[in-house]
Amino acid sequence: MLATAIIMFREVLEAALIIAIVLGASRGIAGRGRWIAGGIALGLIGASVVAILANVASSEFSGNGQAILNAVILLSAVAMLTWHNVWMSSNARQFSTDVKEIGSAVQSGQRPLAALMVITLVAVMREGSEAVLFLWAIATSGEQSLNMVLGGFGGLVAGIIAGLLLYLGLLRIPVRHFFSVTSWLILLLAAGLAAQAAAFLNQVGVLPALGNGLWNTSNILSQSSLLGQMLHILVGYIARPSGIEVVFYVGTFLTILTLMRISGKKRSEQVKAAENPG
Amino acid sequence: MRLSLLLPVFLAGALVVNGFALAADEAPTVLTIRDSKFEPNQLTLPSGVKLKLVIRNLDVIPAEFESYDLSREVIVPGHGETTIYIGPMDPGSYQFFNDFNHEMQGSIAAKPGVKKEN
Repeated sequence: MLATAIIMFREVLEAALIIAIVLGASRGIAGRGRWIAGGIALGLIGASVVAILANVASSEFSGNGQAILNAVILLSAVAMLTWHNVWMSSNARQFSTDVKEIGSAVQSGQRPLAALMVITLVAVMREGSEAVLFLWAIATSGEQSLNMVLGGFGGLVAGIIAGLLLYLGLLRIPVRHFFSVTSWLILLLAAGLAAQAAAFLNQVGVLPALGNGLWNTSNILSQSSLLGQMLHILVGYIARPSGIEVVFYVGTFLTILTLMRISGKKRSEQVKAAENPG
Repeated sequence: MRLSLLLPVFLAGALVVNGFALAADEAPTVLTIRDSKFEPNQLTLPSGVKLKLVIRNLDVIPAEFESYDLSREVIVPGHGETTIYIGPMDPGSYQFFNDFNHEMQGSIAAKPGVKKEN
């Protein structure tokens, strides 16, 4: 029962932490709750569909399809996180002294609400499909299955609590630092997800490994430890990365950072121009 | 949304690089899952080459083949099989496990120039 709870906890943890960061980063944006809830609901439907597809033995989906789908949804999450961060750096900077103002100030214009929904959908769908399959597997494994299902739900609840704790922790960050902290979190999260996508594309032979195990820090911080896994989710820690994972990580990190700087600069020039006309 | 333009470029570039990578040995190595065990659970495979690995699940219960050392993660349906690529590996030991049942573990020993077992 405990083993089941731990496995389930780990499956749920990734989605819960990502949602916590997204909720934090979108603080003050009107309507975010509905969009994020919609993302969770669609994600659960998607997860069930993926779980069913993945378990059809004869399906094309087993193997290549599975990894490519994973890579595509991870990369779409990366694109959405980028959009969110770039948008925040061009719109939110001037309001960051007062979180509440953002909500009313950004009623018009292209808010990254769809981005929030897609990120949530992707996070729930990816880990949720594994959770669904796992629960199905233990539920049909016969003896003691009730115990194990209970364990599974225990793990689910624990995962949600972990996400909630992260969210509440984020809210305690002083307002003037809040958005710079959340945009760094999003930046590192996106880079980590891009590295995961690279691993999936390498797994099906689409991308080269570019070296297997550029370094190995398993002895210092194992990826199977709880801390190692949390860091893997949050900042993309990989104990023994391949070259392609490092390339995607660094490439994504620098791309997003550059886009944020460019749009932030444009914004501050506009603000300056508005303050000192002529 | 400039990133959406950059990503395909990124992918295309990487695909070109892939053209120069070592061609995978097409005869796959088979790893079987039977009675909640990996068979064999110790594999010796050549280092330095890209390998095709077929994971065949003879059990009813789905499994998730996962390896932190190899950055691999794939669902293997009950009574089904899944093919993935691994390597080229540096010589050394690489652990793998079933993420749905952590008691199921195994490892790959990568050595230069060994012949594959199956």
